[in-house]
Amino acid sequence: MTSAKPVLLSVEGITKAYPGVVANADVSFQIHQGEVHALLGENGAGKSTLVKMIYGLVKPDQGRMTWRGAAYAPSEPRAARAAGVAMVFQHFSLFEALNVAENVALGMENPPALGALAAKITQVSEAYGLPLDPTRMVGDLSAGERQRVEIIRCLLQDPKLLIMDEPTSVLTPQEVDILFKTLRQLAAEGTAILYISHKLEEIRALCDEATILRRGRVVGTCTPRERTAREMAEMMVGAVLTPPERGAKKDWGDNHPALEITNLSVESPIPFGTALKAVSFTVQRGEVLGIAGVAGNGQDELLLALSGEIRTAEGMVKATGVSVGPLGPNDRRRIGFVMAPEDRLGHAAAPDMSLVENAFLTGAVRKGLTRHGFIDWAATRDFADRIIKAYDVRTPGSHVAARALSGGNLQKFVIGRELSQSPDVIVINQPTWGVDAAAAAAIRQAILDRATEGAAVVVISQDLDELLEISDSFAVLNAGRLTAPRPVKGLTIDQIGLMMGGAHGMETAHVPA
Amino acid sequence: MFGAINPAVLIASLMVASVPIMLAALGELVVEKSGVLNLGVEGMMIIGAICGFITAVTTGSPLLGFAGGAAGGAALALIFAVLTQSLLANQVATGLALTLFGLGLSSLMGQGYNGIKPPLTAAVPFGPLRDIPGLGRILFSHDWVVYFSILIIAATWYVLKYTRTGLIIRAVGENHDAAHALGYKVNRIRLACILFGGAMAGMGGAYISLIRVPQWTDGITAGAGWIALAIVVFASWKPWRVLIGAYLFGGITVLQLNLQAAGSSIPVEYLSMSPYLITILVLVIMSSGKGRTLNAPAALGQNFHATR
Repeated sequence: MTSAKPVLLSVEGITKAYPGVVANADVSFQIHQGEVHALLGENGAGKSTLVKMIYGLVKPDQGRMTWRGAAYAPSEPRAARAAGVAMVFQHFSLFEALNVAENVALGMENPPALGALAAKITQVSEAYGLPLDPTRMVGDLSAGERQRVEIIRCLLQDPKLLIMDEPTSVLTPQEVDILFKTLRQLAAEGTAILYISHKLEEIRALCDEATILRRGRVVGTCTPRERTAREMAEMMVGAVLTPPERGAKKDWGDNHPALEITNLSVESPIPFGTALKAVSFTVQRGEVLGIAGVAGNGQDELLLALSGEIRTAEGMVKATGVSVGPLGPNDRRRIGFVMAPEDRLGHAAAPDMSLVENAFLTGAVRKGLTRHGFIDWAATRDFADRIIKAYDVRTPGSHVAARALSGGNLQKFVIGRELSQSPDVIVINQPTWGVDAAAAAAIRQAILDRATEGAAVVVISQDLDELLEISDSFAVLNAGRLTAPRPVKGLTIDQIGLMMGGAHGMETAHVPA
Repeated sequence: MFGAINPAVLIASLMVASVPIMLAALGELVVEKSGVLNLGVEGMMIIGAICGFITAVTTGSPLLGFAGGAAGGAALALIFAVLTQSLLANQVATGLALTLFGLGLSSLMGQGYNGIKPPLTAAVPFGPLRDIPGLGRILFSHDWVVYFSILIIAATWYVLKYTRTGLIIRAVGENHDAAHALGYKVNRIRLACILFGGAMAGMGGAYISLIRVPQWTDGITAGAGWIALAIVVFASWKPWRVLIGAYLFGGITVLQLNLQAAGSSIPVEYLSMSPYLITILVLVIMSSGKGRTLNAPAALGQNFHATR
């Protein structure tokens, strides 16, 4: 059916290599007018590089592209936009200290005066059911609203092809529904959509065709509706996947929960951050608590408060009945805490230091890596090497700088470093962000193993599937407040969506939260 | 104690005293708005001072002198731009080095120019307006640079707030990755801003050696560049507040001179250190991490490297 429509963009034999890695090798595919085409692949499969070439941000080494029958080689995004290509980025290309209209103007070639533009934004946003106030600062908007800014910026240019790079990773289920409605409306009007994702159910619900990439190569095409998610996953990964297993649960017979948070309220130290408001929960030994929520709803702040980077008042944070609120990170490590923040480069690891040095930084206290106040390099090197081996970190050795590792490999190292310290309390934010499926499964398995051994685990994640897979109980952070934790068993996606606060700002677009 | 000081004269002289720091601070404001922290203002000012002085003495034209000062400041800024934008050197270290280099180079260039008088810059002829009591002395007795500095504040405010150019500069300073993703040439825009900042600092320096002092001595700027840096923060990156800040700092400088002349009982040393004390205070507030609440550009001081 789609093949009857004229071809809009044809990509033939595109190759792009970076020093040490081939991002795309001989990639070919076609997009027809009004088609929703999925580009499917794991992190690092080369999806983002490919669309950057279509958008003129990166030049291909080899191969050519044809746009409506004519040769197409955009030298910069401006040229791509002029041809009718628009892109919504994975990490928003927005400016927090500027307002919505200014942000939209920056993404347009010849924007009208700001006043006229504001009127147009209101008009288009209503036509597509995406309410937005042009005068609000982007820094004050929710993630879903920010994405609306990006989409409207694209729509104002009347694109023929709309590229969406992982658009749903920051949205609540209800917001995803709204987005899909908009995308279907656009497709019906003749706009082609190139939809990049690794979320298979979404692709099955939305896309007409799919091109599957693995390690920079096209490994297959399919019609998503006719395949199961599992079939597509195995094409994407190139291997058969096994879900993580949970060891038998024990009754530890404790008097106090391993971790007890009572009325935790703290201001955010992060610009445009979210303050925590009266957060309460308990985690028993051997229990995994999953905390979901759209990014920027207090996840970073919660991690900081649990890790001791933010000190809190006496009694707000207790471990086995003892208040640890005023203790700093190293003191908390001493009593059995380990923590892995979301930002690998700069927070969880020091980018320019070697893996050995990074292993020392959090392992020193619990692994006893100092002798008479001096660093025991032999023991530290040994610790780093053991992490590398146990967690399959692909690196030339422990002497290389953390910066030199790919995101997924560094993540394995960081998580491995924490989990190897025989912890009593584990706090992890985004354990498998940017990690390929096989490694993600290994990380989840390791977390569950520690829980089986008696650790209390708090996993903060934006991947609902992941949380449902490994958690015993489930709660949602929303604007700094935590819902009451509920057992995962029997929880439906609809209930989770409601816990996440439904769709942000849909009812009243003009009332600041 | 204040009896000997005439307020009209005081205000008129503070307007003159604040021109160098106002120009330099305004230039630095644009640089910082684009996300670059150039701590070499002092160096660019003093190079501007000597280049302006040499040009004016050689050509006999004070106007060309100011052009020469601006060119000298911009030339030094170009070194900073190449180092930080192309070679990705650390901005703080490069800026400090630029100041040291500028101080040394100006001293070398100024050999043989000590004790010479530059050609005079006359006040703008406002005719009878000048004779209005009080107001005439304050508003209509100045040379053209005083009016130019106020005009350029207005122009900068307008450009940053209302034009696309200004929007792009702010965007680059706010989030260079996003600006790059949208197709803006981050490094080129920053280069232009750095050159503008250098030219403004150079002009400010030339004003010191051509009008305010007017002669050449080593180290003539005497820390004015650091005061300019403090004013940018004090002004929370808003052009009109640069005007207020410059008048405030200029006022303190003039007041302490006047107090000294009037035979104040406070020791001279305390008075002369007061502008610098306030500078230190402002810079401490800036580095205390409250920068964001003060409206600092989010990408300030971060280098940008595009991967292609």
